[in-house]
Amino acid sequence: MYDKGKIMAGLAAFLVMITLPFWYSAATGKAGVKPDPVLPKTEKKCVESRQYMRDAHMDLLNRWRDAVVREDRHIYVSQDGTRYEMSLNNTCMKCHEERAQFCDKCHTYMGENPFCWDCHLDKKGVKGVL
Amino acid sequence: MDESRRAFLKTAGCAILGAGLAAPITRAVAGAVSADAMPGELTAGRWAIAVNVRKCLEREDCRACIDACHVAHNVPLIKDPLREIKWIWKEPFKDTFAAETHPYLEKGLAGKNVLVLCNHCDNPPCVRVCPTKATWKRPDGIVMMDQHRCIGCRYCIAGCPYGSRSFNWQDPRPFITTGIKPEYPTRMKGVVEKCTFCTERLIKGLPPACVEVCNKVAGPGTMTFGDIRDPNSEVARMLKDGFSIRRKPELGTEPQIFYLV
Amino acid sequence: MLEKALHGSRRYWTLIGILSALALVGVLAYLKQLSAGLVITGLSRDVPWGLYIAQFTFLVGVAASAVMVVLPYYLHNYKAFGRLTILGEFLAIAAVTMCMLFIFVDMGQPTRVLNVILYPTPNSLMFWDMMVLLGYLILNILIAYVTFTSEEKGVHPPSWIKPIIILSIPWAISIHTVTAFLYSGLGARPFWLTAILAPRFLASAFASGPSLLIVFCLILRKYTTFDAGEEAIKKLSQIVTYAMAINIFFVLVELFTALYSDIPEHKHHFEYLFFGLHGHNALVPFMWTSQFLAVTALVLLLFPKIRNNFTYLFVICVGIVAAIWIEKGLGMVVTGFIPSPLGKVTEYSPTLREGLITLGIYAGGFLIITVLYKIAVSVREELEA
Repeated sequence: MYDKGKIMAGLAAFLVMITLPFWYSAATGKAGVKPDPVLPKTEKKCVESRQYMRDAHMDLLNRWRDAVVREDRHIYVSQDGTRYEMSLNNTCMKCHEERAQFCDKCHTYMGENPFCWDCHLDKKGVKGVL
Repeated sequence: MDESRRAFLKTAGCAILGAGLAAPITRAVAGAVSADAMPGELTAGRWAIAVNVRKCLEREDCRACIDACHVAHNVPLIKDPLREIKWIWKEPFKDTFAAETHPYLEKGLAGKNVLVLCNHCDNPPCVRVCPTKATWKRPDGIVMMDQHRCIGCRYCIAGCPYGSRSFNWQDPRPFITTGIKPEYPTRMKGVVEKCTFCTERLIKGLPPACVEVCNKVAGPGTMTFGDIRDPNSEVARMLKDGFSIRRKPELGTEPQIFYLV
Repeated sequence: MLEKALHGSRRYWTLIGILSALALVGVLAYLKQLSAGLVITGLSRDVPWGLYIAQFTFLVGVAASAVMVVLPYYLHNYKAFGRLTILGEFLAIAAVTMCMLFIFVDMGQPTRVLNVILYPTPNSLMFWDMMVLLGYLILNILIAYVTFTSEEKGVHPPSWIKPIIILSIPWAISIHTVTAFLYSGLGARPFWLTAILAPRFLASAFASGPSLLIVFCLILRKYTTFDAGEEAIKKLSQIVTYAMAINIFFVLVELFTALYSDIPEHKHHFEYLFFGLHGHNALVPFMWTSQFLAVTALVLLLFPKIRNNFTYLFVICVGIVAAIWIEKGLGMVVTGFIPSPLGKVTEYSPTLREGLITLGIYAGGFLIITVLYKIAVSVREELEA
């Protein structure tokens, strides 16, 4: 291989830099900023379990959207049998109140910019931070 | 280029294309959508509105229905007539009913303002032309909009013979001066919007906002909303007892807004 | 074969440079449209389609006109078109690409354009338009690639390409027919609701497309070693003559129905175009210019002495492209919306940014033509050496 020394050195530098997040947080114990969404004060039970919501809230919202808008179906029966009206504005935001305090916390952390808020509104009724 | 490198690039290209075309994996929804209706939900075989033109003309300056609708649905107030958005408004009789207008029409009628809105046609050309089914006809007759699906091609605007549809040429939020109602979404730039017969009120057992406020302001009979397939409904009886016309019937669109003249 | 586009004269690279700069200007203007919305255009509630869709309509015709070269050569063995077919196919590729770009920039929500494929709606002509345009693009790329690489290698193209080439003939007709159907099925727009719209589109396409091809052939003849052949260019000019005659005939036929029947709904639009309506007459000078150019061009083309003089032919063809660009571009699309369903006349004129985006897309299309034609020229130079 030509320039073996330079190439190996460059590759090594690249590997170090690309794995920086992993060994830096392992070494210093600082994982960086963790998202801290503000949870609803009164209601402790969401439509589905926390784990399911973490994994699949977008799938749920998409299903709700199609059911409400396209199929004129408005009632959702969650896994534990509770019935909810399918509505981002009126069900989800009833408890989660402010998107800037809840939704945006994790979305900003992940660099996600969902366009829900171009149309939908939280209780404050205006566009949030993003 | 040497053959093996070329072959590799071709294979790689096809592989990426293939991977990209693989259907995205979605998780199953945990619960289930119920087929039950909402408590008190209003249903019908075919929703229609009968407008009593004479009664409406008794209050020429009345804008109650227009304001109620536009406020309830966060419709922006855009002063530039080129970009305005309106779901319900008034047009002169001679423009609304050009075929029924003649030089010897009763004095003044040609210039008087008639209420116009989406006709929720039974044979809607806008639905026929939409390439994504972002607008479609529900079983109860309402021509509905799905602004999540709309690609903003404006073919439905070209197809509507009544000019009932509006496009968001820009972000509408700065123009919602009446105070945004958080219970109903606004729209984003680049999608089409129009009257949807207040589907969000029907599920709560309420009639459309325009009809409700008109009945309050002008009393019953000026705007009547109901199931035209139900012979006992107010709207069916009104049409049976009076003379009614529709806009541009020769186009075969079968509009469901009836004007009692 | 593509590497032929990477080596060229100073003139070639200057052209590439200018076109790239213009395309970049278009991209920057489009970024503004993406962030602010279509409000930066001159479009309105009454006139929802304007410059972009007009360009798309015109260019679909140009794309379809490749059939005028493919049909004689492949179906009827008209050998004189031998060197012309690749130019026609390359022009079709560039034109279809521009069509799709113009549709893309016209969308209010361009990121959702795949919804047309994800939720196919066969009753919508726009769905079919997307399908046939994509299909035509793939067809032409495949045909051009296979036939031209075979020619470069000095072998016969594989036999399986022949049915594909034959398929491209009705497909070319279909792309423009589907585009015409986009308009001619709308009861809301009486100006477009005419059975002759599709034939008109095709006639004007077969006049403007080959005219553009002649212009390119003559430019290539002047500045490069590529000579499509005198007989080929003369035959093309005959095709343009017939197409132009039919096109003007169709316009007169339309005028007759509208004016003789005296039905306001049919008359109004032609009144608006040629005389103005309720004081609005923005398009009147354009329409008269277009008709003047068209009729003059046709009359001149009728004389073989003029038609066969390539200097005159160049000017005549430019005139035909301009005439049909005005008629199809400005005249047809916007007029469909005037007057509005409620009888109002809302005029339309494009804004600067709209023009810049349009210019950018044209620059992009011409960039594709430059690169592809460069390849054609270089390959032919090699073959003739």
